[in-house]
Amino acid sequence: MKRRTFVLRVVAAAGALGIGWTFFPPRGRMGDGSQIPEGPGESALNGWVKIGTDNTVTVIMSKSEMGQGIHTTLAMLLADELDADWSQVRIEMAPVGDPIYNNIATVVDGLPFHPDDHGLIQRTTAWLTAKTMREAGVMITGGSSSVKDLWLPMRQSGASTRALLVSAAAATWKVPEAGITVARGVLSHTDGRRATFGEMIAAASKMNLRDDAPLKTPAQFTLIGKPMRRLESAAKQRGTATFGIDVVLPGIQYASVAMCPVLGGTVASVDGAAAQQLPGVKQVVTLDGYNGSTGGIAVIADTPWHAMKAVKAVKVTWNDGAMAGVSSAALMQKLSSTLDTDDGHAYLKRENVDDALAAATQQVKAEYQAPFLAHAAMEPINCTVQFANGKATVWASTQIPGLARRAVGKVLGIGSDQVTMHVQLLGGGFGRRLDVDFIAQAAVIAKAANGVAVQTIWSREEDIRHDFYRPACVSRFSAGLDASGKLLAWRNVSAGQSVVGATVGRYFGLPASPIDKSTSEGSFDQPYEYPAVRVGHAIVDLPVPVGFWRAVGHSHQAFFTESFMDEVAVAAKTDPVTFRLALLANHPRHARVLTRAAELADWSTPLTAGAEGARRGRGVALHASFGSVVAQVAEVTIATDNSLRVDRVVCVIDCGMPVNPNMIRQQVESGVVFGLSAALYGEITITDGRVTQGNFNDYRPLRMSECPAIVVDIIPSTQHPEGVGEPPLPPVAPAVGNAIFAATGTRLRSLPLRLS
Amino acid sequence: MTAVTTIQLNGRPVEVSAEGDTPLLWVLRGELHLTGTKFGCGIAACGACTVHLDGQAVRSCVTPLSAVGTHTVTTIEGLSGADADALFAAWTDLDVAQCGYCQPGQLMSACALIRANPQPSDGEIDAAMRGNVCRCGTYPRVRAAVRQATGPRGPSVSATP
Repeated sequence: MKRRTFVLRVVAAAGALGIGWTFFPPRGRMGDGSQIPEGPGESALNGWVKIGTDNTVTVIMSKSEMGQGIHTTLAMLLADELDADWSQVRIEMAPVGDPIYNNIATVVDGLPFHPDDHGLIQRTTAWLTAKTMREAGVMITGGSSSVKDLWLPMRQSGASTRALLVSAAAATWKVPEAGITVARGVLSHTDGRRATFGEMIAAASKMNLRDDAPLKTPAQFTLIGKPMRRLESAAKQRGTATFGIDVVLPGIQYASVAMCPVLGGTVASVDGAAAQQLPGVKQVVTLDGYNGSTGGIAVIADTPWHAMKAVKAVKVTWNDGAMAGVSSAALMQKLSSTLDTDDGHAYLKRENVDDALAAATQQVKAEYQAPFLAHAAMEPINCTVQFANGKATVWASTQIPGLARRAVGKVLGIGSDQVTMHVQLLGGGFGRRLDVDFIAQAAVIAKAANGVAVQTIWSREEDIRHDFYRPACVSRFSAGLDASGKLLAWRNVSAGQSVVGATVGRYFGLPASPIDKSTSEGSFDQPYEYPAVRVGHAIVDLPVPVGFWRAVGHSHQAFFTESFMDEVAVAAKTDPVTFRLALLANHPRHARVLTRAAELADWSTPLTAGAEGARRGRGVALHASFGSVVAQVAEVTIATDNSLRVDRVVCVIDCGMPVNPNMIRQQVESGVVFGLSAALYGEITITDGRVTQGNFNDYRPLRMSECPAIVVDIIPSTQHPEGVGEPPLPPVAPAVGNAIFAATGTRLRSLPLRLS
Repeated sequence: MTAVTTIQLNGRPVEVSAEGDTPLLWVLRGELHLTGTKFGCGIAACGACTVHLDGQAVRSCVTPLSAVGTHTVTTIEGLSGADADALFAAWTDLDVAQCGYCQPGQLMSACALIRANPQPSDGEIDAAMRGNVCRCGTYPRVRAAVRQATGPRGPSVSATP
């Protein structure tokens, strides 16, 4: 199906839901607070905040905290408009189920439009999608969307709450509201009277909700824009922060699982007799695949160690299933050969690129590859469930609690409304915890325990071998240059699996759409002003389970596009920064970021020499993703034994208005380190349907001794805040690859980057 | 087989009843519910489970209970002293933690380092800390925080109004 046809069908389908409905804007997201549990002295004034008579301001969080600092940053938005005392701010997770907490921004971002496209179809589709997600979307933390999604709702809630407190003080004091000011949790009148929030909350909670409160101008911000520290920092240092795996309940039992080594396999038969004899063992449970997981067995025992020991003693015969005999090497070959015959769906097309290529005086061609990747978050996959009297309670580290709730209801045969979710801190997410397979599995295990709470903990090996992997991808390029080295044409087509297609199938059992922006993002949506261009992607169905991995399509497409851009600049005998700037004449925001990175990295000054015999090089990459623009310059040293060290990465980001520069810097450092792990070492290989790697010894993460110096610069901006959690990751692989080329003359077109 | 053993934990004797092959990690987490010590890999490859045994940093996931004997065990819950306080202060000032899961292990390794070597060089910091994996990428701040705790105070990252 052509893109426009598909888009129009979506618009028509959404429109058919009701002509009248389509004329009204999306409903407000303030909420009335009726679903928020209130403790003694607490009053919820709307769906985002409650205030206690002890002056505590509890901000309600619809987003999961997985390291990105979102609890701190979102609390800043609300507390600033409220003029709260920051030291009185606390965090509480939102109840799952109220549609005001549905994530609208990430779904709108997933629509297959170029960032420069603001035409009628784009605007109409975005509008209808926002309305639909408001009513029928999901609560989700992902897509670098949290601040973008809640920039207005959190601030409106803060402003509205402030207005109610002012009204309450005016009524109590019998004075006009205009004479009342608010600062740091205290209301003051010009006549000298003062009251804390806690003293006015009872009166304020009896007043009608206000949604007309004006928002501050940027000049009035007291918190937004300041580098604020993480609220839960001390608890994380002292080990008192509660991650999913730290949940302890009275009488809790523990389960360990073994899944079929072949992905997608099932259990043929189980002999649990030997395991049953081991200390502490309660029972052996047989598991199907749930929400995309592989079949297996679980042992429930009194302690985690007893469960882990006993699971090894269970004798299982497996049905290997469709993945038997499958190897990643053959799959890579299939992706590459697909490109011999399949031009893919064109996500970007301008002029006749083949004519332009034919007219070029010089053509450059290359093929790039990226492997499957696991997430390997530090907190191994785990989930705690108690199922008693037809009701389930779930404690989980999850990025998608609404769908987790639905999945639990389904496997237990109860309604979603009989499932209570307690979202814990996440010891890393990176997209792995957007899948609910392990939550449904833990519910099935807990069902066998007859009312006792069971915590299911996967070993690191199960975590890495039963992940939903970043899809492998192969990409081919042709570029045409004129005699002066000017770029005339850019042709690119890649092949790989569709993450959105796979995920929608696992979530909802729906068929995959023929269009998935995430497959091509990072290739078609970049700012370069190619005179003639075609960028396509061919979705290839492979049996490997794939999922969202930090930065999704951008994670590998940026490596392909920005490495090839470097190749074309070399062919044009033009400096890589100068070459890119020539293609950004009408994109001043991107040009500014690139120019700033070059300045900070002393791009025009040669690198200092390394040790005797060592070769050094500097590489640049520019990449736009999730609304933000990032440029990086990497400096590398290659020793005489060909070992590679990344010495320094300079990173400049324009993410719109920087809400919390401290968290933005952390996320830039995070993206560089996570991206370097993948760029230098990350590779999941499959032999006979089995994942080869299993732990941090053979799925290597970057370690401190390998970590470069990271220089971060944030471009000041008054524009709407954009994504931060993912955008710093994509440019690091191409920047390092380009630096290796500068140092050695060797062009690495495959990840991970290996010199020998 | 299961026997009641007394271990010296965070400055006091604690009775535990587990088989001798039970890793100390699972005695702490599974029996005593001291959840500050984290499970990460089970093969001493990530450092999330780091505790002190007689002041030395060890990986509790591969330390069987039978090897603990009369050695003193310190976990993150019991980490104290002027050097530990200096580390906690630097961790707060530089806002090191992200997801935070590896941080107790990072702090246990860092504290063992500076007790053995009060003025470590950058190379010594890297060597002592390379066994502690952080997937979020807190390495630059961990490095800076160890430096700050052991040397002159560097610039703070945050402003609190």
